[in-house]
Amino acid sequence: MSRGIVLFHTTTSALRGEKALKKAGFLVKLIPTPRELSSDCGFVIEFHDLPLNQLQAALNEAGLEFEIHFLP
Amino acid sequence: MIYLDHAATSWPKPPEVSAAMHDFLERAGGNPGRSGHKLSIEAARVIFDTRDALADFFGVQDPTRVIFTLNATHALNLAIQGLLQPGQRVITGGMEHNAVMRPLRALQQRGVQVEVIPAESDGSLSPQKFAAALQTPARLVILNHASNVSGTIAPAEEIARLAHAAGAWVLVDAAQTAGSLPIHLPTMGADLLAFTGHKGLQGPPGTGGLVLADTFDTAQLSPLVRGGTGSRSEFETQPEDLPDRYESGTPNGVGIAGLKAGLDWVQQHGLQAIRAQEDELKQTLQQGLTRLAGVQVYGPTHPDQSVAIVSFTIQGKHVSEIGRRLDEEFDILCRVGLHCAPAAHRSLGTFPNGTVRLAIGPTTSPQDIASTLRAVERIINP
Ligand SMILES: Cc1ncc(COP(=O)(O)O)c(C=O)c1O
Repeated sequence: MSRGIVLFHTTTSALRGEKALKKAGFLVKLIPTPRELSSDCGFVIEFHDLPLNQLQAALNEAGLEFEIHFLP
Repeated sequence: MIYLDHAATSWPKPPEVSAAMHDFLERAGGNPGRSGHKLSIEAARVIFDTRDALADFFGVQDPTRVIFTLNATHALNLAIQGLLQPGQRVITGGMEHNAVMRPLRALQQRGVQVEVIPAESDGSLSPQKFAAALQTPARLVILNHASNVSGTIAPAEEIARLAHAAGAWVLVDAAQTAGSLPIHLPTMGADLLAFTGHKGLQGPPGTGGLVLADTFDTAQLSPLVRGGTGSRSEFETQPEDLPDRYESGTPNGVGIAGLKAGLDWVQQHGLQAIRAQEDELKQTLQQGLTRLAGVQVYGPTHPDQSVAIVSFTIQGKHVSEIGRRLDEEFDILCRVGLHCAPAAHRSLGTFPNGTVRLAIGPTTSPQDIASTLRAVERIINP
C-alpha cells in the first residue's frame, strides 16, 4: 500500500489543501511532518492509495503550491 | 445598568464567545503552525476556520487575504505604513479616527502629502469634492465607512469608483461597520479593508484584521512586522506567502476562536435583523432627544444614513458632567468627549468640547432607550 504525503510551505496552505481534498471526496488526514521529510510547516497531509492525477488536480484548482512524496 | 457604549466595544458578548475561548485554551492550546502535534493542528484549524468564515463574510475568494491583526488600529497602520512612500499623495475625509490621522500625520513629516476633504456638518462626505481632489494624482484614498461620532455612513462605493478611475487605491476603515452593515469588498470597491473584532462582530478585544481584495497586488504592501512565521525558516528574509508575509509571531488564537463565535452569532441572528432592531431604537432615541429643549443632536436626519450611534450636546452643560450624571445617578454607561476623532468633531462643529455619544447594540432594549430619555430629561429639568 502506498503512503503519500503532501507537503506545503505554510500552515494555511496545508489546511486549505486538506479542505480542497475533502471537498473532492478524498480521505486524507493531517499528521505531523514525518522525520524523513524536511518541511518547516509542522504538519502535512497524509493519503493512502489515491489517484495521483486527481489529487494534484484538486490541489491545483485550489491554487496551492505543494510537493508530493511517497514513503515506504 | 444600561450599556450604551457599543461603539467603543460591544458588551456583553454572546455567551458562545467566552465558551469558544475557554474551549480553545482547554482543548486547542498548541502553537498553530509551529509544531505538528495534535494541539498545534487543532489551534491552526480554529484560526483557519475563522479566516475562511471572514473571507466569505467580506466577499473575498482567497481566505489567505484575511490578515489577522490585534485591532483595527493595527490593520490601518499596516495598510497606511505599508503602502505610502515619501512624495506620494493620500486623500482622506474629514470624519477619520486618530487610528488613521496619527499614522498619516507621522508620514506627512516624512514627505507624504496628506489631503483631508472636509465633511459637511452632519458628517457626510461629498463625492464631488473627492472627484475634484482626485484631479491631482494620488496613491491612496482612505475612508471611514461610518463615523464613530455621528454614525454617518460614507458613500464608499461612489468614492471608490472615483478613486479607481483616477488610479488610486481605496482603504476602508470598517471599525464601526463590520458586523453592522453588509460589506462585500468587490461591490464596495475597497482594495483593503480594516476591521476590528470587538465591536459589531461581537468578538473579544485583541482581534481584528486587514482584508485584501482578490485583485490587490500584495507586492505593493510591505509588512509592518517581520519575524517567525513557521514557514520557509531556512531563509532570513520575510516569506511572500499569504498570510505569513503579514503575520509574524504567535497569533492571538484564543481571541480568534472567540471572534469566530461572535461572527457565527451575528450570522445566526442576521445582520439585517440586528440592524433593523438597532435602527428603530436609534430613531426613537434621536426623536426623543430632539424634542428636549436645549438638546442638539448631530448627524444625518435620515435613518438610512447612519449606524446606531447618537451624539448630542445640551446647551449650557459640559459633556463630562452629563456623562458623569448618567453614570452615577442613572447607571447609564456611554462615552463623552472627542472619541479619538478630533477631525470628526471639527467637521460637526463640536470641537474641542465633544459630544455625549450613545451607541446602541444588539442587547439594547426599548426600555433602555425610554429610561435614557427620561434620564436626559431629568438632567435638563432636575
Ligand atoms: C472609526 C474607527 N476607526 C478605528 C478604530 C480603532 O479600533 P480599535 O480600537 O479596534 O483599534 C475605532 C474604534 O475605536 C473607530 O471607531
